[in-house]
Amino acid sequence: MSVRNHASRNETDVAIIGGGLVGMSLAYGLLRQGKRVTVFDEGDQALRASRGNFGLVWVQGKGDTCPEYAQLSRLSAHLWPELAASLQQDTGIDIELQQRGGLYVCLDQQSLQQRAKMLAKMQQDAGGDYPFEVLSVEQAREKEPALGPDIAGATWSPMDGHLNPLLLFRALHQAFELHGGTLINGKPVQHIKPQQTGGFEIQLDNHSLKAGKVILAAGLGNKALAPQLGLHAPVEPNRGQVLITERLKPFISYPTGHVRQTGEGTVQLGDSKEDVGLDTGTTADELGKIAARAIRMYPVLKKVRLIRSWGALRVMTPDGYPIYQQSALYPGAYVVTCHSGVTLGAVHAGPLVDWLLGRDIDISLEAFSADRFPF
Amino acid sequence: MQTDSPFNRLATTPAEAVTLEIDGQPFIAREGDSVAAALLAAGAVPSRTTPVSASPRAPYCMMGVCFECLVEVDGLANVQGCMVQVIEGMKVRCQSGARELTEGDFHEAV
Ligand SMILES: Cc1cc2nc3c(=O)[nH]c(=O)nc-3n(C[C@H](O)[C@H](O)[C@H](O)COP(=O)(O)OP(=O)(O)OC[C@H]3O[C@@H](n4cnc5c(N)ncnc54)[C@H](O)[C@@H]3O)c2cc1C
Ligand code: FES
Repeated sequence: MSVRNHASRNETDVAIIGGGLVGMSLAYGLLRQGKRVTVFDEGDQALRASRGNFGLVWVQGKGDTCPEYAQLSRLSAHLWPELAASLQQDTGIDIELQQRGGLYVCLDQQSLQQRAKMLAKMQQDAGGDYPFEVLSVEQAREKEPALGPDIAGATWSPMDGHLNPLLLFRALHQAFELHGGTLINGKPVQHIKPQQTGGFEIQLDNHSLKAGKVILAAGLGNKALAPQLGLHAPVEPNRGQVLITERLKPFISYPTGHVRQTGEGTVQLGDSKEDVGLDTGTTADELGKIAARAIRMYPVLKKVRLIRSWGALRVMTPDGYPIYQQSALYPGAYVVTCHSGVTLGAVHAGPLVDWLLGRDIDISLEAFSADRFPF
Repeated sequence: MQTDSPFNRLATTPAEAVTLEIDGQPFIAREGDSVAAALLAAGAVPSRTTPVSASPRAPYCMMGVCFECLVEVDGLANVQGCMVQVIEGMKVRCQSGARELTEGDFHEAV
C-alpha cells in the first residue's frame, strides 16, 4: 500500500473508492469545491478501463432509448472545454480536446438507414434541437478525403469530439495532488463500515479512515462493494480491443466511432464488443477484423504499420446507462458508474459533484437510479 | 562521410564493405551493420526529430524497443534503423517529425 499526500490524516470529507476516470473526475470537482478527498485505488494488476479506452467525447446516437442520457451526454460535451481549460491551468497539460464534430461511417446501406432513422427520432425527442446530417459517400469523402469509396455513407454531428485519454488521466491525477487530495493505492478496499453516528469507516491494512461520505467509483469493482452499503451495482465486463499505428502527419480531420487520429499523430483503431469475462487479452482474429474494417474506411491505412494493441474491459450496466444512486439505507454512500467515463467526465466533475454535496441541480438523475434493475 | 563519431569500431572478424548514402553523402559501413549502427559509426546524429516536441534523437536501445532510431530508408519513413541491415546502395535519410502518408510504399517492402 502506498499513500501520497497527507498520510497522517485519518479523517476526510469524502472517500472515493476507485481512482479511474470516474473517481478522479469526481475527486477533482470535489477538491475544487474545497472538500477534503481521499481516493483508494488498486495496484497495476487492476482492471482499468480508464487506461485502455478510445478517448471519444461522443454525443450522436448516445441515449437513443433514454432521452435523459442523451441530454446528459450533450451537457457533458458542452461542459468539456471549461474542464479542459481548468485542468490545463492547474497542470499545464493540454489534453488535446477537439470538438469540431464527428463522423460515424457506415459500411452498408441498411446500417446507414437505421442510423439515420435513430438520429431523426432523437432529434424529434429533443424538440428539433439535435444537429446531425446524413452524408452520402461523396459528401462524406468531401468532408473527410481520406475516406475510401467502399463505404455506404456516414452520419455527421457537430456535437462530437475527442481527447487524449492518457493525458486526461495524468492531468486529473496531477491536479488531484496539487489540490491536496490523498491517494492510497496498491490494494483493494474490501470493507466499508457505516458508522452509527453517520459517516463511514474504511479500513485497509492498519490504516483506518473516517469519511463523511463514501462514493463507490470502482468500475467493475462496484458490484462486490455495493451490497455492504445497501447499494446495487450490477455491472459486467465487455471487452474492446484497440490497435495503434505509427505516428503520421495529420490526415484524418474528424474522429469516428472506429478510427481516430490522435493529436500526436498515431491512429487509434478499435470497436470490438466481446463478452469474454475478465479477460483483457487480444486475439489475432478480432484485431484482424478491426484492421480490415479500418482499411475499408480509410484505404490509405493499408500502408501503415501497427505498433501496439491491447484489450480493455468496459464497465457495463444491463441497459448501458449510468448508475447514480445514493443509498437509502446509509445516506452519504453513493454509487457512480457508467460506460462512457470520458464523455461524461465534465458532468462528473461538475453537476454530479453538486448532487453529491446535496445541492439543487438543473438536471434530473432519477432515470439513473439502480432501482431500475432487479436485485 | 566518416566524421567525428564518438563510437569506435572494435577489431572483429573482417566484414565486407557496404556503401550506402546517408543524407546524400556516401558512407562505408560493414556487412551485417544495422542502419542504426551505421548512423552511429558515421556520426550522423541526431538522426531524427520527434513529431510531438520536435526534440532531436538518435538510436538508443538498438534492439527494436524504443523507436528512437526512426529514419527514412529508400524513401520510406518511420523505419526502425536498428531492425534493418545495410545493403549496397541503400539511401538513408534523417527524419524530421512524423511520416507523411502520401510518400513511400508499403512497409512490407523492408
Ligand atoms: C476499449 C474501450 C474503449 C472505450 N472508449 C470510450 C470512449 O471513446 N469514450 C468514452 O467516454 N468512454 C470510453 N470507454 C469507457 C471508459 O473508458 C470508462 O467509462 C471509464 O474509464 C470508466 O472509468 P471508471 O473509473 O469507472 O473505471 P476504471 O477505469 O475501471 O477504474 C476503476 C478503478 O477502481 C479501482 N478499484 C476497483 N475495485 C476497487 C477496490 N475494491 N478498492 C479500491 N479500488 C478499486 C481499480 O483499481 C480501477 O483503477 C471505453 C472503454 C473501453 C474498454
Ligand atoms: S534504437 Fe531502439 S528501436 Fe531502434
